[in-house]
Amino acid sequence: MSVATVRRTDLRYRIGLNLRAVVGRSYPRIVGANREPSWIFFEALLPLLGIAAYVFIYQFFGNQALAVIMQATPTAPFGMCGNNPCTDASQQAQYAAAVYSNTNALVASVVLGGTMVAFWLNVLWSMASQLYWEKEIGNLQLYMMAPMNRMALLGGMAVGGMVMTSMRAVSTLIAGVFVFGVIFQVANPLMLLAVFFATLIALYGLGMMFASLYLLWGREAWNLSALMEEPIFFSSGFYFPLGGLFRIPGWGPAVAIAGSFIPASIGLDALRQLTLGSTAFGGKLWIFDVTTELEILVVMAVLFLILARYALAYLETLAKREGKLTSRHQ
Amino acid sequence: MTYAVETRDLTRIFAGKKRRFRRKARPNGSEDSQGPVTALDGVSLGINEGELFGMLGPNGAGKTTLIKILATLLLPTAGQAFVAGHDVAKDPFPIRQRINMVSGGETSGYGLLTARENIWMFSQFYGVPSKVSKERIDELMHVFGLWDKRDAKVRMLSTGQRQKMNMIRGFVTDPDILFLDEPTLGLDVNAARVIREYVMNWVRKRSGKTVLLTSHYMAEADQMCDRIAIIDKGRILACDTPANLKRMIRTDTTFQLEVDTIRDTSSFVGLRGVKNFSHKDDISKNRSHLTFILEDEGPVAEILSSITSQGAKVHSLQKSEPTLEDVFISMVGRGLD
Repeated sequence: MSVATVRRTDLRYRIGLNLRAVVGRSYPRIVGANREPSWIFFEALLPLLGIAAYVFIYQFFGNQALAVIMQATPTAPFGMCGNNPCTDASQQAQYAAAVYSNTNALVASVVLGGTMVAFWLNVLWSMASQLYWEKEIGNLQLYMMAPMNRMALLGGMAVGGMVMTSMRAVSTLIAGVFVFGVIFQVANPLMLLAVFFATLIALYGLGMMFASLYLLWGREAWNLSALMEEPIFFSSGFYFPLGGLFRIPGWGPAVAIAGSFIPASIGLDALRQLTLGSTAFGGKLWIFDVTTELEILVVMAVLFLILARYALAYLETLAKREGKLTSRHQ
Repeated sequence: MTYAVETRDLTRIFAGKKRRFRRKARPNGSEDSQGPVTALDGVSLGINEGELFGMLGPNGAGKTTLIKILATLLLPTAGQAFVAGHDVAKDPFPIRQRINMVSGGETSGYGLLTARENIWMFSQFYGVPSKVSKERIDELMHVFGLWDKRDAKVRMLSTGQRQKMNMIRGFVTDPDILFLDEPTLGLDVNAARVIREYVMNWVRKRSGKTVLLTSHYMAEADQMCDRIAIIDKGRILACDTPANLKRMIRTDTTFQLEVDTIRDTSSFVGLRGVKNFSHKDDISKNRSHLTFILEDEGPVAEILSSITSQGAKVHSLQKSEPTLEDVFISMVGRGLD
């Protein structure tokens, strides 16, 4: 056959094609999503209310502890330092500083957790369930018919989601810092960036894998997203240092280990260490040291991306064989 | 000779669905499931490069299934299909570079993006350089009369405007082979005319461009297509130029009758000299429209007597030249509606 147009198939062309596809698919998320100013209310201000609840609880406990330390009684003229009366004003000041520091660390943990919640929700609702919605609105078959690599499609969704959510997460972070007066101390900004991006890649890799599985399971998977919201908030330590669960005898370690399979858990633990100092909470509430956690995140990122690729390839084959996944009426 | 599109004994069977939760076992012990559906049954056809090829068939005939196989979205159960010389099952990448597809009533794209942005986005999945894509979009928007709506969000577009946008999406990647699945479905006369004219010009004026069009509209297929295949129940019943198809039944006589609504058409079945007939009710006017393909004029009297015996009045009787619709009725045994 004399084809009308000579089509390139070389590697350079394929790289260009897939990069364009990534940019194309990320465009609706980055540009389109910000056309609705309501996101500022729903995704920047409302999450602050969720964070506020935890912040106020921690601040209340901090103030209670501070009150006990500062309260002079006939038997404890310099207040209580733990279970014993403080020996002098300097011990009292030391204890008060520790309480203040721990309260700040807890509040900062909540603000950081609240920031990462934005990414987790984006992964659950806009990444994992996205292919299912694409199928419903009729886009999926057009995507599957295009010559781009399927990972470029997922990559575009992920890049778009990351950029879009980063804007929201940063606005939550800034608001959190100004509203709750949290103090962060970043000693190693490069490591912080490395951990942050490794966390995002691993997290969105998980979302890419879920995207195929959700499509396979259809509407049942929708419920799975709802199911994974609150329990994951808890088991991944979005609002408290996850290492705290290890100190709860019985079920605590099991829940913490289960939660650690979500990259956000390990990533958040490392981010907290990098922004609060590894000595925060007496250094007792961290799971691993930062380097180990970064290594785990890199392994998770690679693993989830590979699994996502195979899951989508399997799904595409199944779709073509059974003819019921790319089109909503088949 | 190699074709732009070729199928060889193409068969597609959709497996039946088993119900996950069964209430009760059936008394006869049968499986509580929908049986397998044969959407395509040994379809063999060849579409030449530069041809505007039409496919006519009622709902469920297998047209969309065929297009989905050719668009590499479905695998055949048996047989082979080749697009631009490549096997759809084994070598989809070079096919995907050369094809595009537009379906009638499509709701693709994102409502938050403008028409222009949506089309640009889809062009990126084919690796069209951004500058080239934007130039083509602007040009096509002028042609399809969508220029005024270029910056309107897609959710604000009417059905017709949206379909024009879909058509531009199909052309913007400059495909060699374009699959159009009922592209003018639900469009007003003007919008449909614009689309038809552009498609015809595209095939005639651009060398090597091929279109496979499915349509419900006989006149549209007759006007546009170089060749037409008539498909029913997954089988190709005939494939030729519109003129040759009509010639096939030229020896037959076509009569069209408008009568009071009649309920019983069984008396026409097996009537000597009646090759086929179709029956369509117009409830608003309480009338029935009957089209008979007859071997000769002999059975007319008997048909009229059968109608009047049901108490129905004959309002008009017309002998006509065979149309594509008559060909369709002659082969399928019913109209498209």
